[in-house]
Amino acid sequence: MTDQIRNRITAIIAEQAMLEPDQISDDSTPQDLGIDSLGLVESIFALEEEFDISIPFNANEPDKSDFDISTMGTIIAAVERLVAQKAA
Amino acid sequence: MSLKNSERPDGLRRVAITGAGTINALGHDVPTTLAAFREGRCGIGPLEFRDVDRLSIQIGAQVHPWRAEDYFNRQQILLYDKFTQFALLAAKQAVAQSGLDFQGALGLRSGVVLGTAGGGLNTWDENYRTVYEEGKNRVHPFVVPKLMNNAAASHVSMEFGLRGPAFTVATACASSNHAMGLAFQMVRSGAAQVMLTGGSEAMLCFGGVKAWEGLRVMSKDACRPFSANRNGMVQGEGAGVFVFEDFDNARARGADILAEVVGFAMSSDAQDIVMPSAQGAERAITAALQDGGLNPEDVGYINAHGTGTAANDKTECAAVAHAFGHHADRLMISSTKAMHGHIIGGTGAVELLACIMALRDGVIAPTIGYQEPDPECALDVVPNEARQARVDAVLSNAFAFGGLNAVIALRRA
Repeated sequence: MTDQIRNRITAIIAEQAMLEPDQISDDSTPQDLGIDSLGLVESIFALEEEFDISIPFNANEPDKSDFDISTMGTIIAAVERLVAQKAA
Repeated sequence: MSLKNSERPDGLRRVAITGAGTINALGHDVPTTLAAFREGRCGIGPLEFRDVDRLSIQIGAQVHPWRAEDYFNRQQILLYDKFTQFALLAAKQAVAQSGLDFQGALGLRSGVVLGTAGGGLNTWDENYRTVYEEGKNRVHPFVVPKLMNNAAASHVSMEFGLRGPAFTVATACASSNHAMGLAFQMVRSGAAQVMLTGGSEAMLCFGGVKAWEGLRVMSKDACRPFSANRNGMVQGEGAGVFVFEDFDNARARGADILAEVVGFAMSSDAQDIVMPSAQGAERAITAALQDGGLNPEDVGYINAHGTGTAANDKTECAAVAHAFGHHADRLMISSTKAMHGHIIGGTGAVELLACIMALRDGVIAPTIGYQEPDPECALDVVPNEARQARVDAVLSNAFAFGGLNAVIALRRA
């Protein structure tokens, strides 16, 4: 299930960044992928829609949000946590 | 200051403000609003309207109490969206203060230009709900004349018989500054003798706030402009309307002149649909000073755009610092949005009241909610408490989504 979540997230981010999924690694930051502030907000919306979750993210204080968007790895971990919470 | 139009080498007229009106979360008139500015009172609280429980943002600066029946009859309420109601109330106050009567020839030489971003958004919201959610196939026949963005300007022109230029300006959060700037230019050029101007917004409804939530720039708890721990904007609603009038005529008829409008400039960032540019803002500030014949040192106070978002406040401070050089450390700059909320297309009009208060009463409205200094906003933001100070000239900044900037300069009359 986790691999499947990872692949779905990667596909969403890849589409936003106009890259192939295999060009994205856990270390990639949104900046590395060329995702600007609007692109980030759009990606978060797409993730919410895909997994039917609510992502706590405020563009004014990205560092303080419970949702860590610093790299692909942290984004995947955070989405997995929200999906697990929803299932629980 | 006693220069007459006929003595101006450029042939332009001077422009006086001879009336002001408002309704916003701080009060239903100008004296109540100015008292709130002096006290540093906050008009932000829990939002109250249908389906608010489905919003993630549940605070705003709503006009309370609001009963349209207190001001308008049944037929008027059927025709006036809330943004029109707000504009009409503010306009009536402004015209009453000016003492002008537009019957006869003056009406032909007078007009109205108002700003709004959303227009009749409550009307859109209610009627979409009727047809989509409730599945009805019929809506009230006045939906279109009620929701159109020019409805407020048209009703103001009808109310007072203003038969000259009348239109609406929509530049998002800069709408009313653009509107007032154009009104200023029309009186200055002689195209109109009197212009009613300002702006109005009533976006606090389920659909209005839901749309804003998507951008993730709204705060869930408070508006704290320039504070290091700021976390977003808080929306308000209301209107501000002013009477802009040929200065010499105003003086000749013995009107009480609240302030003189001396300069206006606008610029476009031509860069990004939401992220502001310090260079674009700075160009508008500098050009407004030039248009008003002001030196940077003449300006004692700036009413900031100061939305309380991470991006706006640091960009605005950089623009002011650059435009004013050393004088940036001596002038005062405050954002009143922490009190009345961000009134979007009406915000510059309500904020112009703080500019008039600074010039006329020598009281600088504070930036309330200020908690932690931000090195990227290292200006005198008049934190938390109003201040007594004599100032001769002021600016009011507005920097909108879409990269559209509009800055107005006023001088003490």
